[in-house]
Amino acid sequence: MLRFVVRRLLLLVPILLGLSLLVFGWIRWLPGSPAIALLGERATPETVAQIERQYGLDRPIHVQYWRYLNNVARADFGDSIVTRRSVVTELREKFPATIELALAAMFVSVLLGIPLGFIAAKRYGGPLDHASLVASLLGISIPVFFLAIVLKYVFAVKLGWLPTVGRLSPLIPAEHPTKFYVLDAIVTGNGRAFLNSLKHLVLPAIALGSIPLAVIARITRAAVLDVMNEDYVRTARAKGIHPLLVDSRHVLRNALLPISTIIGLQTGLLLSGAVLTETVFAWPGLGTWLVGAIENRDYPVLQGGILFVAVVFVLVNLLVDISYAFINPRIRVS
Amino acid sequence: MTRKLKFLLFALVLVLALGAASCGGDADEAAPEEGGATGGTLVFGTASDPVVLDGALVSDGESLRVIDQLFEGLVTLEPGTTEVIPALATDWESSEDGLEWTFNLREGVSFHDGEPFNADAVCFNFDRWYNFPASFQNANASYYWQYGFGGGFADPIEGAAGPEDSIYNSCQAVDDLTVTLVLNRSSAAFLPALSLPSLAFHSPKALQEFGADEGEVDEEGIFRPTGTYGTEHPTGTGPFKFESWVRGDRLTVVRNDEYWGEQAKLDGVVFRPIPDNAARLQALQAGDIQGFDLVEPQDMPTIEGDPNLQLLRRPAFNVGYVGINQGLPPMDQLAVRQAVAHGLDRQGVVTDFYPPGAEVAKEFMPPQLFGYADDVTEYEFDPELSKQLLEEAGLTLPVEIEFWYPTDVSRPYMPDPKRNFEAFRASLEQSGFKVTPRSAPWSPDYLGAVDAGQTQLYLLGWTGDYGDPDNFVGTFFQTQQPAWGTDKQPDQAIIDALDAAEAEPDLAARTAAYEEANRLIMDWLPGIPYVHTQPALAFAANVTGYVPSPISLEPFSLVSIEE
Repeated sequence: MLRFVVRRLLLLVPILLGLSLLVFGWIRWLPGSPAIALLGERATPETVAQIERQYGLDRPIHVQYWRYLNNVARADFGDSIVTRRSVVTELREKFPATIELALAAMFVSVLLGIPLGFIAAKRYGGPLDHASLVASLLGISIPVFFLAIVLKYVFAVKLGWLPTVGRLSPLIPAEHPTKFYVLDAIVTGNGRAFLNSLKHLVLPAIALGSIPLAVIARITRAAVLDVMNEDYVRTARAKGIHPLLVDSRHVLRNALLPISTIIGLQTGLLLSGAVLTETVFAWPGLGTWLVGAIENRDYPVLQGGILFVAVVFVLVNLLVDISYAFINPRIRVS
Repeated sequence: MTRKLKFLLFALVLVLALGAASCGGDADEAAPEEGGATGGTLVFGTASDPVVLDGALVSDGESLRVIDQLFEGLVTLEPGTTEVIPALATDWESSEDGLEWTFNLREGVSFHDGEPFNADAVCFNFDRWYNFPASFQNANASYYWQYGFGGGFADPIEGAAGPEDSIYNSCQAVDDLTVTLVLNRSSAAFLPALSLPSLAFHSPKALQEFGADEGEVDEEGIFRPTGTYGTEHPTGTGPFKFESWVRGDRLTVVRNDEYWGEQAKLDGVVFRPIPDNAARLQALQAGDIQGFDLVEPQDMPTIEGDPNLQLLRRPAFNVGYVGINQGLPPMDQLAVRQAVAHGLDRQGVVTDFYPPGAEVAKEFMPPQLFGYADDVTEYEFDPELSKQLLEEAGLTLPVEIEFWYPTDVSRPYMPDPKRNFEAFRASLEQSGFKVTPRSAPWSPDYLGAVDAGQTQLYLLGWTGDYGDPDNFVGTFFQTQQPAWGTDKQPDQAIIDALDAAEAEPDLAARTAAYEEANRLIMDWLPGIPYVHTQPALAFAANVTGYVPSPISLEPFSLVSIEE
């Protein structure tokens, strides 16, 4: 097991090296430059050249790449050209927001997706199965931003139950030692901030969770259907074991392997930053950060941010692989 | 306890928790804690966080919006106009040659840290700007010092203006409350430029204590700021003072109870970044915020039709134009440029695609500014005349031209570039041209192409920074620029006229000089201005006292929230 983990971690090095080269080349291949993005209508050839000189962007590209690699080796991703702050500092601020939202969205999608898929399989071919199919199709096909706007219109604008944007009402005093607002509220014993930050999570979590919810429901349904027809399930039933026990111990447990894979992959995706959801809900996470960086050609942020997202993705996948061993003893043995 | 029971209990707890989260505590939403004409906190939706709260180092609107509440300069603008009025200077006079300006300073003013505001503080700030280190001499950092005010640097980097090109020469503290600014050349734009928030004063003590200009230069020569002045300790004399800033979430300023002038009515203002336009509108409708800027034209009817909301329009202080690059033939021929002008259905575009308040432009600056000439040459939409002009120039019809428009952008003077382009294309094709459409994402691709002189005909515009014609026609035509092709085909008469107008100290003579320059420009026809618009802000109906300003900087100190 340890050897497997170490081998996978070592594989990260060539992956990241290749990726860094790709990202570096790609953003410099895009037309335009950070200087023009910064100056907008005020750009002139002189002012653009001045800024490019200042940020070392006028040097040969291989020199820039070599300097970049050297800095990354020291965990220094440079400073954002737009905000003039260290990329690592910004990453520390943005990533907790993304994790918080991703976890909330996964919570919603697992909590609803697995039962939905399970019931659909149990009522295979019946109206409930058809209803869950329609719901899943809707979940996958409705654009997230549209769903978000509708949710906000109904629950915030019309009913006034939930807020439309942000992570916490700006009028509630709160401290943020960990930058996970819900956790911060618990740590600092701030009940008002706790409730308010939960309220802020509800709509984005539902909007963002709609796609993994649909995927999880479909995979659960298929996996449960597969397992339900296995000989050992029939045997268990024949032995007179309580149907609920058969479902939980034999059916669901064995169906969990594909479900956990998909949960892991979806979590990896969500942790990379949910661009549309974050934008529509003004959620200050990785997604909005990277989109802003592309618009502004903020090279250091893009170089650091994309590399970071890749590492997260690879690590989450590794965790998924490791979790197999716990769920399925057959993998542990082999 | 059986597993089933455990699961049921868990589910029950979850449902209760979610229920509490979604329904509980309505009182803690963004409604102001105290209503009434005084007090309360206004939450204002912005497009982004400020970069840093040091006006000398930024030029973006979101930074300047906050900075304008915290800091003051020698002069300011009468709310809602571009008229210069006293701020930290009570009055001033200039020498006859316009090279020495003496300001009498307001008595009893202190910075937010309790330090006195006096002549030494004024000179400290001017010296800071003039002696900026190399890393602050780029156009991104000190744009307004360099290009708004005309300041240079004592020790300039390559491409920056030095002492000989600087309008600023020196600052002398005559006594505690009298200061003289000595200039290298006379410029009547000097006084209006002093109203820029980038030339507002900072507490010298706080600047030094919190390392405003400190940083490390890394091996690559890139400057990395280390000070906390602009992010945690901005210290001015304004009616609000800085309280806290959680990036991406909220920036809070509170009333300065020691303010020298009329106290702000609000207890505080929270600036909340909401990058998405639709999200800002929904946040306002839901009461999460009480106002926002940059209203999209398509949202204006929704806001005007909602009794709980109000729409405020700023006076037109911008210009949208079709730029022409004279460096790319056949645009070097005046007849062709005239044919383009007669081939653009400007009235049609403004009527069809612009919200109420927009008007057709006939020159490169808004009519409210002095120096606007009513009698410039006008170019009516006349397809037949266009064709005739092209044929007289010896060209075979249709004349092929490339017309550029930007995508992924909405500017106050150009809410929907593609529709403008399509209408202009149709009218040009009626007028003897064959238009090849070219487009690119606004920033940086499109701007980069325009700037590099690669675009023959293009849509662009400008929003004024301060109330002087120099900020419009001076910016466009006083220097040679590839975007206009004036690097290849300059018109020296116009450059001379603009130089003379800028240097003229007498307002009447200056007005006449700019009127004449505008006539020359519209005869030479480096481009065709087509619209002045009124950008809008949206507020909750109970917000009063917000006075929209042409230059988009409004004091929140006049604002209050009614019951």
